[in-house]
Amino acid sequence: MPLYHTEDQTMLADTARQFMADEGAIAKQLRHWRDTGCKDGFGHTLWKQLAELGFTGIMVSEDDGGLGMGHVEAGIVMEEIGRNLTPSPFLTSAIAAATALGASSHELKGRYLPGLLSGDSVFAVAIDEGRKHRPERIATQAVRSGNGFRLDGAKTFVIHGASADMLVVAARTAGSDDDADGITLFAVPRDTVGLSQDAVRLVDSSIASHIKLEGVQLDADAVIGEVDGGREVLNRVLNAARVGAAAESVGVAAGAFDMTATYLRQRKQFGKLIGEFQSLQHRAAHLYSEIEIARAATFKAQQLLDGGSEKADLMVSVAKAKAGKAAGLAVREGVQMHGGIGMTDEYDIGLYMKRDRALAEFMGDQYYHAQRVAQLSGY
Amino acid sequence: MSDLKNFREEIRDWLESNCPPEMRQPVKDEDDVCWGGRNFQFKSEAQKTWMERCAAKGYTVPDWPNAYGGAGMSAAEAKIWREECARIGARPPLSSFGIWMLGPALLKFGTEEQKIHYLGQIARGEIRWCQGYSEPGSGSDLVSLQTFGEDKGDHWVVNGQKIWTSYADKADWIFCLVRTDKTNKYQGISFLLFDMASPGVSTKPILLISGNSPFCETFFDNVTVPKEQIVGELNRGWDVAKYLLGHEREMISSTGGGDRAASLGSAVSRAAALEDPVLRAELALFDVDALAFTAMSEKFMDEVKVGKGHPAQPNMMKYAGTELNKRRLELVMAAGGSAALEWESEASNGGSSARNWLRTKANSIEGGTSEVMLNVVAKRILDLPGA
Repeated sequence: MPLYHTEDQTMLADTARQFMADEGAIAKQLRHWRDTGCKDGFGHTLWKQLAELGFTGIMVSEDDGGLGMGHVEAGIVMEEIGRNLTPSPFLTSAIAAATALGASSHELKGRYLPGLLSGDSVFAVAIDEGRKHRPERIATQAVRSGNGFRLDGAKTFVIHGASADMLVVAARTAGSDDDADGITLFAVPRDTVGLSQDAVRLVDSSIASHIKLEGVQLDADAVIGEVDGGREVLNRVLNAARVGAAAESVGVAAGAFDMTATYLRQRKQFGKLIGEFQSLQHRAAHLYSEIEIARAATFKAQQLLDGGSEKADLMVSVAKAKAGKAAGLAVREGVQMHGGIGMTDEYDIGLYMKRDRALAEFMGDQYYHAQRVAQLSGY
Repeated sequence: MSDLKNFREEIRDWLESNCPPEMRQPVKDEDDVCWGGRNFQFKSEAQKTWMERCAAKGYTVPDWPNAYGGAGMSAAEAKIWREECARIGARPPLSSFGIWMLGPALLKFGTEEQKIHYLGQIARGEIRWCQGYSEPGSGSDLVSLQTFGEDKGDHWVVNGQKIWTSYADKADWIFCLVRTDKTNKYQGISFLLFDMASPGVSTKPILLISGNSPFCETFFDNVTVPKEQIVGELNRGWDVAKYLLGHEREMISSTGGGDRAASLGSAVSRAAALEDPVLRAELALFDVDALAFTAMSEKFMDEVKVGKGHPAQPNMMKYAGTELNKRRLELVMAAGGSAALEWESEASNGGSSARNWLRTKANSIEGGTSEVMLNVVAKRILDLPGA
């Protein structure tokens, strides 16, 4: 499979780019919801529009009423979301939760997929338990109780948790905290008794929940996949969310870079356009190179995932680490090259810096993933 | 699709029965590379057999047309060829500047006669080429070159000096930038081909910090070059040179990734236990960059084959690939410790780590410095002002 978009993918990219630039623009979405103090942090109208375009069904199989496409296509949408800093539950719902639901029973699919496809439902994934992403360790307990399970524990950094109709929760049904086996995934409706949320606003204006699970009673049919055998599905969800986040990071990097390069072509100091200064040219050219490489790594990871390759795990971590690194550089150089105006809230470049910081943490930062690359490479 | 599947089967079968086991071992050093040419000494019978079998099928230059010694493979087929070779670890049957650099330029700018004659020789490994570009006073500012070809009717008489001519002392022919009009800087250069055995050509190897001499000074003292040995139009050699530089940069960039995709961290940790967690972390961060660059190389090659991608992208690839390779060897040295300092011992394979480390410092100088690459990216891709 060559590493460039097919005709269909190019058309999708054109549609996504145009739509996000028009409807998902920073002034219309991010600033609007931030400045009005919206509890969701995103707009439901836009979410419905994404559904009308078919985007929410990209990762849903055709049998289940979706488009049956893959990570490459989902990544195309994610990159445009990143470029425009568009707040949206696309990553948590249409990529992460959709991947979990793809592995679930007909009944669960029937319960949740129609809402995703229509844009009426929002989903979240509750995996992290500490301040750093460390899904190898899951302490939240699920013990058999009645005709199902009782969940006790705490989750954190649950993006869109408070807005979600359903949360995919990873819990332990066997073994000790650090065991790979003994994990089970559950589809937990938000209003389930015993589930409480403390929703907090993050630096990038997104809303994340600290979640408490205290005696949450679930029927057996809330189980996604196999009891005790959830690690495999969890890994699929993680891969999907990580490569989706990587694509968003590439978009954030590209958006920040475009703004910065435009500024270099317009701003004058010392009687010259500042883009004429070689010290800035070289840094801009280096940054361009890093972003291109990050995009290629992300594309490769998407293809490997879509092809079911055993090398996908490694490349997903490469992509998440590299995209995080490139985006981090893009926003830091962006603010610096803008000078004083880059420090103002009025100017958008700072918003890119904030989004990058949150995205870097989501699903593991470059250090976590470099560590994983070393482990997967056997050292 | 099934055609490609059959093609893969075909290639797999052919490789299985034709690639000698010895040629499936990794290339250890320079000696293992098959360069071809009039005076080439094959290191082994297997190396010779492997090159000849491939040449007979056009596999030394799989995507060149059949008429010019290639196998006429499509982009998709050539990719399959590379993948199948990589799968069994087959060495490149033939490596040469003729394949990487002159060939593509001839395919674009050569006459039909030139293509049949020169490309065929390259594909069969008969003639080894060197590149006469840089001069003592013309490094990064290549276009200021002074080597002059005086018009003598049916031939030129060339006088001047080139420097950093890779393997000039081993090459049979040279493709050379020669000034044919002193009044026009850019449109006064011609791209000439001539035999290094011509009277008046002499070479002198340059001893480098690595202790090796892959580069030479090359002198031209009244060298006669027939007029038909020009590629492209008179005084428009710069167009050919620029096109060829793109391929050179492509080639140099691939030294940072591509076939060297394997994890540096795992290679290093196999040789010695990684006891320093900070070094391990550096290796992991390097591997992230290296594996990402491998994907970039693949994407770049895929795009080149179908004419997608920005025409100045090879400059970005050259910059990123060479900087990465320098970092790789810095880490190899750090991981190797005092053992990697040994310069001549058998245990160190004649100081290969140290010599490679020093050799890589040229990566970001030869074929256009990193700084020049960044200038070109800023100007041609990013469209920054005054660049």
